[in-house]
Amino acid sequence: MSTHTQSVSTAREDLTENEVVLRVTGLDVDIRTPKGVLRAVNNVSFEARAGRTLALLGESGCGKSMTAKAVAGLLDPVADVTGGTVVLNGTDLAALSPKQRLKYAGPELGIVFQDALTALNPVYTVGTQLSEAFRIHQKLSAKAAKVKAIELMRHVGIPEPESRVDSFPHQFSGGMRQRILIAMAVALNPRLLIADEPTTALDVTVQAQIMKLLRDLRTESHLAVVLITHDLALVAEEADTVAVMYAGNVVETGPVREVFGSPKHPYTRGLLDSVPADVGRGADLNSIAGSPPELHRIPEGCVYQSRCPVVQDVCRAIRPALEAEGAGRTVACHFALTTASKELDHV
Amino acid sequence: MSDAISTPSAVAPTVPLLDVRGLTKNFHVPGRGNNVLCALDRIDLHVGRGETLGLVGESGCGKSTLARTLLMLEQPDEGTIRFEGTDPFGLKGKQLLAWRRRVQMVFQDPFASLNARMTAGEIISEPWATHTDLYPTKKARAARLNELMEIVGLRASDAGKSPQEFSGGQRQRIGIARALALNPDVIVLDEPVSALDLSVQAQVLNLLNDLQKRLGVAYIFISHDLSVVRHVADRVAVMYLGRIVETGTTEQVFDRPRHPYTAALMSASPHLDVTGATPRNRIVLEGEMPSPLDPPSGCRFRTRCWKAEDVCATTAPSGSSSAAEPLHAAECHFPMTTEDLKSAGSPIKPKNAVNLLAPLQ
Repeated sequence: MSTHTQSVSTAREDLTENEVVLRVTGLDVDIRTPKGVLRAVNNVSFEARAGRTLALLGESGCGKSMTAKAVAGLLDPVADVTGGTVVLNGTDLAALSPKQRLKYAGPELGIVFQDALTALNPVYTVGTQLSEAFRIHQKLSAKAAKVKAIELMRHVGIPEPESRVDSFPHQFSGGMRQRILIAMAVALNPRLLIADEPTTALDVTVQAQIMKLLRDLRTESHLAVVLITHDLALVAEEADTVAVMYAGNVVETGPVREVFGSPKHPYTRGLLDSVPADVGRGADLNSIAGSPPELHRIPEGCVYQSRCPVVQDVCRAIRPALEAEGAGRTVACHFALTTASKELDHV
Repeated sequence: MSDAISTPSAVAPTVPLLDVRGLTKNFHVPGRGNNVLCALDRIDLHVGRGETLGLVGESGCGKSTLARTLLMLEQPDEGTIRFEGTDPFGLKGKQLLAWRRRVQMVFQDPFASLNARMTAGEIISEPWATHTDLYPTKKARAARLNELMEIVGLRASDAGKSPQEFSGGQRQRIGIARALALNPDVIVLDEPVSALDLSVQAQVLNLLNDLQKRLGVAYIFISHDLSVVRHVADRVAVMYLGRIVETGTTEQVFDRPRHPYTAALMSASPHLDVTGATPRNRIVLEGEMPSPLDPPSGCRFRTRCWKAEDVCATTAPSGSSSAAEPLHAAECHFPMTTEDLKSAGSPIKPKNAVNLLAPLQ
């Protein structure tokens, strides 16, 4: 792989490990619907660092994909960023015009989607689709771009790239399609890679291969990775830091080991308790009662109040802000759990 | 084939509820060349009353075809299914109807498997339109509907709502209530929680557990999520390319896998280890499952197996079990040894597999 790193993706000299690449502050995203304007992402802040993986963890509808799309500038026409800043390497993307944004963020930010079959265009060969980035941003000829595309395919572990470059997406397996998508995302050697549920549609043995590829890419080019997932175990193994989202809000952030080892938000604790691992056969899991609120019914006060076992009156009136809670950790809860908290054990 | 895998007498002296022997199902794919797709290849398994059999394997391994065949939705090419000693494929008319009542299914996608034009109540009561003798009067059906909805944790007053008014977890509860409507002995659950969010998944797993305790129903639980299977299953069967490659109790299969594929599967699945104390060496298989249109000769796993030798290409392994664990069988010429499994400390160095993780940072 090292020979290709020379030509395709070199470790960027302008990046030092652990440097902040992306800083999102107070991001709001509103969706216009027949039911009125909904707040899909509310006051979300996080940062991604070079050579590190940040996980955005949450269940469906929590706003994690919407956050990623807002950062990448790929929101649907009915959704708007209505507040906050998205600073990528010193430039606020939210303040750029779409054209400036394409020019600036195109090469700096790559995104990988969950479903590779729908993300790839079925009527073009993968070679054409991989070449596109080089043709647009580097103004290469079709021929030169194809050479680069082949190199890129080899780089992400697709066997016999010379013969497969002219194949269509449907001729590849799910794992190979995901590799092609990753290749497209890293084609221009970006600083930031957003991976939105990159392995959810794949089998575990293939998932392990794809996660290894992402890890290798991250290490060799100091890539900052934002991993969006609902899988706690994947976060535990792959991420350095985690931001837990619930109903459009970040409720807890911090280093993965600390957050999972001693969760401070009742929701994080509830999620961890819902994992079937290590609970005896036949024993009940500590599930979280109820289901997340719908976006048009998000209550005043804390977003988690309807399911929280330690809810108090103040939670129904005042929404807790995300506040520092120990070194490198933040939590949005009026009654942040301490390591010694036992009140949840019997609910 | 291995007697150790499926001899029912070794497990329980009585006839098992469901006993499957040598079940084979081929599909014919239109096209030139070899067009026989072997979806199930001589499957042996048994399920006892009130027991949960977990069926794990990756997509395309035949899990769902097996489920469909057990429900008589597919006609097997060879082999027998015995349900308390009777072959349902030999039944006709009223007897067949009576049999169908006893085996029911819950489907994966609660958003696609419920008819949006029917109410929850209609969906749950629909089986009684065919099985008219079960609850003959309108009053009895209404009472049973209320009871079923309460059993699965839905409000009986919501019977008039249509499926799209329910959340994913509630829809799966409707699917479970429908499966229970005929008081079955076996429920085949095909990925019942994989479309659900974690917190809701836990609720549904608790419900299934509770129902089994109360009603004594047996489950065939199909899932690709190993942590879920470990939680729910008494025994586990691991499938690869149409074969059951390993069976045993959940503890045996998870803690002491004998087949290299099982070991790789366990190893590839991410673990939620919050202590971070145990570094893990991971077996990452190369490549993907071969096409079932053209399965490898001999052992089907040999193309991805790091232990494979010449014999694996020529001779299909038969089920073998160790003396210590006679009911824990794997189809492998070179089953995993205790040393193999222990080498989690000193890395497994497979030929075709890459050792991924040194200690996690």
